[in-house]
Amino acid sequence: MNRRVRLSLFAVAAAGLSAVLVIGMRGLPAFGDYHGVYGRVINGIGVTARHATDLVTALNFDIRAFDTLGEEFILFGSVLGIALILRELRGEHERLEPHEADEHTFAGASEALQVFGLALVAILLAVGAYIVVHGQLTPGGGFQGGVILATGPLAVFLAGRYLRMRAIAPHSIVELGDAAGAAGYVLVGIGGLVFTGVFLKNFLPFGIPGHLLSAGQMDIASVAVGVEVAGAFLVAWSEFLDQAIVVRARQD
Amino acid sequence: MSFLPFAVAAWLFVVGLYGIVSTRNLVCAILSLTVVQSATYVLLLGVGYRTGGQAPIFADIPQVSTAVDPTVQVMVLTDIVIEATVTGLLLALAVQAHKRFGSLDPNELRAVRD
Repeated sequence: MNRRVRLSLFAVAAAGLSAVLVIGMRGLPAFGDYHGVYGRVINGIGVTARHATDLVTALNFDIRAFDTLGEEFILFGSVLGIALILRELRGEHERLEPHEADEHTFAGASEALQVFGLALVAILLAVGAYIVVHGQLTPGGGFQGGVILATGPLAVFLAGRYLRMRAIAPHSIVELGDAAGAAGYVLVGIGGLVFTGVFLKNFLPFGIPGHLLSAGQMDIASVAVGVEVAGAFLVAWSEFLDQAIVVRARQD
Repeated sequence: MSFLPFAVAAWLFVVGLYGIVSTRNLVCAILSLTVVQSATYVLLLGVGYRTGGQAPIFADIPQVSTAVDPTVQVMVLTDIVIEATVTGLLLALAVQAHKRFGSLDPNELRAVRD
């Protein structure tokens, strides 16, 4: 099918789809005219029932914690898929040129970028850890903070030091973090099973709303997810960077 | 004006599909898919919005304040994670397709012959 036929076919289909979408969305309650019961109930009792002030995190790591388990293993499985797809093919091998062996220099990384990139690492790690552990109080949590944590080693790469990035975040460690985080979340769930008889039901004291150690299992679940997300993103990024920098077609 | 957020969602969905259909580059097609997915964020947040509602975070507002639905926000969070993983997997496939076919043009891809 050539491009012209494909585009004209799409024009017809898109017109039909747009019409159906507009008709369908016309049937929704008007914007701002919200009638959902579930959200109102959560907003009404969330702080009292779960001692968390960020109800998005309360839903994520307690009330709908089982869904988060699935979400977490989707991330785990797909990173496994990325590593599998990007493995060395027949006729490929990992090789670093002798002049690259010392450190890979990112083309165009000026000295200012290098200094700034390395100075950023500590700030990124601190912000990431802060976002992870304060998830139940203010916007944040394991998913958001985990991504910020993973950008710490990435800043080392941006500063033009790929091999240093591999030294700070070697494959074995980030893979271990990915797996340990996923397992940690399941362990929180099993803790609920052991102490309350229900999987992922909170078994820890709720504490005082607004305090760092409050809202029961949310903090621990959030840290587990943060470690997993940081590990998962670093595994994926390392695989892609390996493709660009280390994996070479066999010459012979 | 109350229909505007939903119209934006529909527009993002269709314009992302146009990107997928019309592109000559697999990476561009994958990024267009993320545009399609961002339509679902706008739709979900639009569905959960309450006139005058604040963010469902009661750290610095009274507990009786009107707030938007936190449930849809959790779903958007899930949605973003799914988008990141799907994008990563597709980009990995694009890397290997480029190795095999020497091109990222979808028209150049042929059935694998070995």
